[in-house]
Amino acid sequence: MSNLSREDVAHVAMLARIQLEDAELDRLAAQLDQIVDWVGQVGEVASADVPPMSHPMPLANVTRPDEVRDSLTVEQALANAPQAQDDRFAVPRILDEE
Amino acid sequence: MSDPTTHAASGAGAADADLTRLTAVEMADRLAAGALTSVELTQAHLDRIERIDPTLNAFLLVDAEGALATAREVDAARAAGEQLPRLAGVPVAVKDIACTQGLTTTAGSRMLEDFVPPYDATVVARIRQARMPILGKTNMDEFAMGSSTEHSAFGPTRNPWDLDRIPGGSGGGSSAAVAAYLAPLAIGSDTGGSIRQPAAVTGTVGTKPTYGAVSRYGIIALASSLDQIGPCARTVADAALLHEVIAGHDPMDSTSVDAPVPDVVGAAGTTDLSGLRVGVVREISGSDQGFQPGVQARFDEALDALRDLGAEITEVSCPHFAYAMAAYYLILPSEASSNLARYDAMRYGRRVTPDGSPSAEQVMGASRDAGFGDEVKRRIILGTYALSSGYYDAYYGQAQKVRTLIARDFEAAFEQVDVLVSPTAPTTAFRIGDKTEDPMAMYLNDIATIPANLAGVPGMSVPSGTADEDGLPAGLQILAPAMQDQRLYAVGAALEARLRERQGGYVIEQAPEIEVRA
Amino acid sequence: MSTRTSAGPDRTVPYDDLLTRYEPVLGLEVHVELGTATKMFCGCATGFGAEPNTQTCPVCLGLPGALPVVNRTAVESAIRIGLALNCGIAEWCRFARKNYFYPDMPKNFQTSQYDEPIAVDGWLDVEVPPREGVDEEPFTYRVEIERAHMEEDTGKSTHVGGSTGRIHGASHSLVDYNRAGIPLIEIVTKPLTGAGERAPEVARAYVGALRDLLRALDVSDVKMEQGSLRCDANVSLMPTGAERFGTRTETKNVNSLRSVERAVRYEMTRHAAVLDAGESILQETRHWHEDTGITTSGRPKSDADDYRYFPEPDLVPVAPTREDVERLRATLPENPAERRRRLQEEWGYSDLEMRDVVNAGAVEVIEATVAVGASPAAARKWWMGELARRAKTAGEDGSAVGLLDLGVTPAHVAELDDLVTSGRLNDSMARQTLDGVLAGEGSPTEVADARGLELVQDDGALQAAVDEVLAENPDVVEKIRGGKVQAVGALIGQVMKKMRGQADAGRARQLILDTLGVQG
Ligand SMILES: [Zn+2]
Repeated sequence: MSNLSREDVAHVAMLARIQLEDAELDRLAAQLDQIVDWVGQVGEVASADVPPMSHPMPLANVTRPDEVRDSLTVEQALANAPQAQDDRFAVPRILDEE
Repeated sequence: MSDPTTHAASGAGAADADLTRLTAVEMADRLAAGALTSVELTQAHLDRIERIDPTLNAFLLVDAEGALATAREVDAARAAGEQLPRLAGVPVAVKDIACTQGLTTTAGSRMLEDFVPPYDATVVARIRQARMPILGKTNMDEFAMGSSTEHSAFGPTRNPWDLDRIPGGSGGGSSAAVAAYLAPLAIGSDTGGSIRQPAAVTGTVGTKPTYGAVSRYGIIALASSLDQIGPCARTVADAALLHEVIAGHDPMDSTSVDAPVPDVVGAAGTTDLSGLRVGVVREISGSDQGFQPGVQARFDEALDALRDLGAEITEVSCPHFAYAMAAYYLILPSEASSNLARYDAMRYGRRVTPDGSPSAEQVMGASRDAGFGDEVKRRIILGTYALSSGYYDAYYGQAQKVRTLIARDFEAAFEQVDVLVSPTAPTTAFRIGDKTEDPMAMYLNDIATIPANLAGVPGMSVPSGTADEDGLPAGLQILAPAMQDQRLYAVGAALEARLRERQGGYVIEQAPEIEVRA
Repeated sequence: MSTRTSAGPDRTVPYDDLLTRYEPVLGLEVHVELGTATKMFCGCATGFGAEPNTQTCPVCLGLPGALPVVNRTAVESAIRIGLALNCGIAEWCRFARKNYFYPDMPKNFQTSQYDEPIAVDGWLDVEVPPREGVDEEPFTYRVEIERAHMEEDTGKSTHVGGSTGRIHGASHSLVDYNRAGIPLIEIVTKPLTGAGERAPEVARAYVGALRDLLRALDVSDVKMEQGSLRCDANVSLMPTGAERFGTRTETKNVNSLRSVERAVRYEMTRHAAVLDAGESILQETRHWHEDTGITTSGRPKSDADDYRYFPEPDLVPVAPTREDVERLRATLPENPAERRRRLQEEWGYSDLEMRDVVNAGAVEVIEATVAVGASPAAARKWWMGELARRAKTAGEDGSAVGLLDLGVTPAHVAELDDLVTSGRLNDSMARQTLDGVLAGEGSPTEVADARGLELVQDDGALQAAVDEVLAENPDVVEKIRGGKVQAVGALIGQVMKKMRGQADAGRARQLILDTLGVQG
């Protein structure tokens, strides 16, 4: 049984903002289906009473004082920008939302 | 670069080779004694890199100018009688996953081929404080995803023992550089074995410290809850010196542990293991578990050596380790899918603009398709899927529970023994290209190293010898409880010394001289 | 990807009409930018109006390798806000990543809180004032608070090439990340039901009360026009008597109190028209347009809104101790509404007087003036009268300024009032003194001294002037003697003229009456 269809992969790739080409989609879908089947074995072992562990170290309350530190200069901030204009990052037109 | 004193000092090739073959401890001692200058030492490494690295491809960037500038400063400071840190003047290579201010940092990705960070990773800042010349940035699997360095966008690194084989991964560049005497020390990062597995297959030493022991600030994140930075070296004592430089609390990393650094350097002087309880993890060793006979044979001999040293060997079981791989391949891709979302070619990174008048969304999609390699895309999609609505509980949530079970296995095991051991990797280095089409086969290289990352405990790989069937090096992995990193060094150093006696030298000394390819 | 409904006004039904058939349900989400010195997760400054991209660093630009560290003061502010809203404070909570791609979000995830917010289950009582022209009592509505959580702001995009600077039709956008990472607290209400026709006013009153509360807490400058307080209004209608809520829309860009009320009212009338036509409401984001008073369709909710929340692995949990919480509780100011009730009682103002004072933003300044010795009545008289009048035109080119920007302090006003009550100055002299204070000539006493403003205290000079005026006006004297005491006013004016204004008019009146042997 297939866990992950080609359509699923296309949808997830869209969520992940990766514009896959058709051939890539075919190849990745097949591999991912196999991998998803394999990782699904995590469902076999842990029961409901096992708490999830999101972090290896049991730390809490790590904070910093509200004190200003040096920022980058605007030149440094923009140095790696693919495109900049008027000290801002220039990006292609944004769809839909304001 | 063409400083006449440097040039004069560099001398003939044979002399370079001699200097580069010293251990870092010897280099530091000779520098301190005034018997050697950092410029000589650094230049010797740069010369060797220039000659050998076109064949190996261990470095993505060599910063001769920067390294020599640091070397000159150190020499001048020493001449002026300044007190200097122990490793001052000893050169080091840095995995290209650590941000270096003003030096291109790519993480092995086409996406970042032109990215020049405006800041230093904390680890890099500490190396600079220790006044160690940085030779350059080493090759790696793209965003540290891989076990062979074949997933680098800039071509694979070759194993110095056999140029047709992989040097392990993701930190194959660092380990190959150290194994080939291009650098005495290197920085690596280990998310599921990326320091330990390359160390094993190149006959070198590599440590993954306790999670949180070394700052992750400025290290390009793969999986935040698994990533840890550590030293690569040819000897345990050398690794300890670098470990000491980079470890310690960093307020810029919220997950950094605010506790004293264990005395790893002191521990690396250990010669006797009397009374030490060593556990062999049943689930990650043995020919029946798929470990190559030659790898298993060296491991068994190493256990004998440990017994000779006074250790008690027992077998322990960690039943949930069987699920570690599956949990890892959910947690890592999930965190990575989010960590790598920032590579969208809006603020930095390689922007690909499709024809027409594309939207930001389309440019992001095209840039990410072009900028990421297959393995990165596979894992991002897998992780996005595992976190997506309707699947979270079955995949990510369940994997986090498995993680709890694995941590409990470790706790139970460490109630019985002081350290755990296993072979580091199931096989010696495989041939370049052998597993690139089969991601699942590639993943299985990390079967023994992954549990430590899931639980946050420290681990080290030390050479155990060479496999009879292929003459390639194998490693023994030592695992210790969290914050007990010094135990790794104690066991590693004592074992290294005993095997050296038995085998007539360090394992790395059995490596053949590299045949430079045109 | 998304469908945009064609332009043109939406149908609406008259407001009063819809209330016979539908019951509104509101939900309000308010985002408050905290006034901390630094951002939520890095040490960059947060000042408003800085040059673009001068307040950024590897962390808030989302550069490779950068890691967040939580701002302690922001957590404390969040807890204080939670406490002031009568919420429970979590003993343990985490940050989560909300994953979605957007160019103004440097990491393409927002570090926020998801199922473990810092504050939950509170309430805020808001007073809804009487409607204009309706003779009714104000009423109190209890807004139930679902949660308050911490998160970070995004950068700011400017759209280039479109005809109106709007996103639609723009050729590209320019992004400034100064705002990215500024701490936000999102305060979410439970569904507001039962407000009926007053629902839009309740919404407005709630946001207003929340703003006052946040200002009193001193955690934010709460300037809606600068975006440091932003409101999203969820509106749905259900048929009267129904139990299931209708489909809601979320209206964004509502950035004044008046707009909150108008936007809710508009959405109600639009929903009713759609429902009346037998159609269904599309669950979507709507944008409010202040100028035209309507909302337009934004982006429909879709499959793409899969935020893939998971616990932020680069941060550790926030676990405020109960001692910390109690220490912060002790720092809470008096609830602004309660404080207003208390002050009104202490000052003896009528409801109307108090409301005027509140609306003029003069509560604090009057309190300060009373504190330095003025009577509440005098403080109100000065600040709401003469000073309010001057403030209306005191700006450059005659524009209005705030009372506090006039350059007159509460101490000045108290001193001025004292000069009047002690009899040194009369009202007209007091106004002249005020001119001097406003012109920067010094304190009221200094100005009065310098300008020689002082009522003549010597009855001799005044009596002489009274005698002269009586002699000059025998007809008026006759009238007064005949019982027309109010005619004395005309004489007082003449006496004051002879005295060049340097006399106490009350005293002049007394002397005139005494001289004539008439009882006032
Ligand atoms: Zn910043």
